[in-house]
Amino acid sequence: MGKPKVAFFDFTSCEGCQLSKLNLENDLLDILELVDIVNFREAISNHGEDYEIAFIEGSISTPHCVERIHKIRRQAQIVVALGSCAHIGGINAIRNNMDQDEVREAVYGNDKYLFPSIKAQAVSDVVKVDYVIPGCPMDNQEFKRVLSALLTGKIPEIPEYSVCAECKAKENECLYDYGVVCMGPITRAGCRAACPTNGHYCYGCRGLVPDLNKNAAKDVMEKYKLSIDQIKKRFYMFNTNYVNMEEKSYE
Amino acid sequence: MNNLSIRVPYVTRVEGHGTIAVDLKEGKLIKSVLEIVEPPRYFEAMMKGYLYTDAAVISSRICGICSVGHQITSVKATEKALAFDVSDQTVTLRKLLVYGATMQSHILHIFFLAAPDLFSAPSVIPLAKTHPETIKMALRMKRLSNDICDIIGGRTIHPNRLVPGGFTKLPTREQLLWIKDKLENQMVPDAKTSFELLKSLADKFPAFSRETEYIGLKTDNEYAFYDGDVSSTDTGLTPEKDYLSITNEFVVSHSTAKHAKHKRSSYAVGALARLNNNYGKLNPLAREVADALGMKPIVANPFLNTVAQLIETIHVTEESIKILDTLLTTGIKAERPFVPAKLHEGTGVGCTEVPRGILFHEYTYDNRGRIVKANCVIPTNQNAQNIDDDMRELVPWMIANNFDKDKMTLTLEMLVRAYDPCISCSVHFLDVKYVE
Repeated sequence: MGKPKVAFFDFTSCEGCQLSKLNLENDLLDILELVDIVNFREAISNHGEDYEIAFIEGSISTPHCVERIHKIRRQAQIVVALGSCAHIGGINAIRNNMDQDEVREAVYGNDKYLFPSIKAQAVSDVVKVDYVIPGCPMDNQEFKRVLSALLTGKIPEIPEYSVCAECKAKENECLYDYGVVCMGPITRAGCRAACPTNGHYCYGCRGLVPDLNKNAAKDVMEKYKLSIDQIKKRFYMFNTNYVNMEEKSYE
Repeated sequence: MNNLSIRVPYVTRVEGHGTIAVDLKEGKLIKSVLEIVEPPRYFEAMMKGYLYTDAAVISSRICGICSVGHQITSVKATEKALAFDVSDQTVTLRKLLVYGATMQSHILHIFFLAAPDLFSAPSVIPLAKTHPETIKMALRMKRLSNDICDIIGGRTIHPNRLVPGGFTKLPTREQLLWIKDKLENQMVPDAKTSFELLKSLADKFPAFSRETEYIGLKTDNEYAFYDGDVSSTDTGLTPEKDYLSITNEFVVSHSTAKHAKHKRSSYAVGALARLNNNYGKLNPLAREVADALGMKPIVANPFLNTVAQLIETIHVTEESIKILDTLLTTGIKAERPFVPAKLHEGTGVGCTEVPRGILFHEYTYDNRGRIVKANCVIPTNQNAQNIDDDMRELVPWMIANNFDKDKMTLTLEMLVRAYDPCISCSVHFLDVKYVE
């Protein structure tokens, strides 16, 4: 059996996740022994279309993106959404709550109808996604874990508890005690509490933890006397699409 | 050669999506441009209404590759707007971070993006087989630069220790000692080997040159990266707050990234532009290497930007060792994190030399610390018109030198890659039309 053929595709994103893979300096050469990379525009010139596993970086945000992602889905046996933009729409989705017409006008003036654009969506909003590697940027160690699972025929698993759990296990001081609004209580773990461990608030880049205990989150926010406006804005940063979906369900 | 049409859709080994388009009809060059075809980002609009503590988190996502530069420039703009006090220690550590990020980006470009062309390979992957020692060395150099960014900034891509006013966590003395040791005993010898390698490949760079206006930061004390005045080889110094008088961005129909011009039809930023403005302030080893490679201002061959990147890699290695000596002598002092701003209306400009050139962020805040207006001017936008102008002269030059179509195509790709363009950055603002 030949090596599995793997392709990487980038959509609307900062390409940080592509760079993140190149930052696996100590493992890169080993990874190349195990897989055949047939498509990785940022790093290689030649490209092939006969891949089995497709890693997708970036959100779907133009009609052209929609066309491309369908084509990839038809070819690939396994599609993995990689990083916040692909997983949840991420920071690109902030603009989804702005007046789209106004945005286009600010950019194009009178030519605003010349260029088609759509709201920034997660890959799974458009095609079926088999697995996700969350985060902004994606976590290198998690990428390695997911890749090894796929190569050995296992189902890759990612944590289903909150960043707070990882943060507490590291015995970090709670940022709320410094008056800082942190998304740790409601964000999916797996980053080893990367930001709070460095003293920075969590901005929820890994998406919200499944089966969110919203009332407990509200209690935390109330305990620290935070305005709903403050909380919402921080929610929106990476999770606009989720918040919009939630709000719609109450309508 | 009278008729020719070249299209390179989605130029590879550059960051983002760009297409080279050249058309020659009956001996007349009717098109020679880099079409920029990257999807929409709308960052300035997205930042509106966010708090001053969030500006760097959001603007960092303009580009993962340049995220250190965006965050540093962002916190500097916020600090100017809201009159933060910033300690000398913070400035010194930020410089170290800028140098680490510069090394990382330059090494990635030299060995992984540009070198395959010099070795006639499609990518770095076959080079790992044919030149294993070189690739192992490059990976080692890149790893060390990333380690520096991890230790100072928390992580390399989208650092998580930078906030207006300072750092949320500081490196330890042991970590700084480790970096210094690695720079002296690993990076310096590796950089010398890289110099020998580049010297042996010098004839692979096309001998094309076209002088332009070179713009970069300049300061009295050092080869400017962290701050300074905006310096032009044509017009001298301009204070950073007047950056709009330099950048004059404009829209062209073939590119979703804005272009820029100052005194001529275009200008260049980046390693070569910095070298042309700061050559006199190179550290000793970097100066020696620059002279041995014939890189004395004005260097007008755009392909040599890659060589300028190696000289800068050596310069910032030497500079980092100096900084670490100072930091280790004075010792790292604990600082209070999360000092809130005294909120008031204000506008501030931050500018930094990031790997691809000079980067500007400008924010206006209301009296509740929320962003009213944001503007970011990106190196690749400033280079975009210069790339087109280079191509316009390069095509006739290649015809005069009897290049066949394949060699012309490769040379055009090499030109675009030499600028190490960051197209994700360049379209942080505009929307796009795809051309395939």
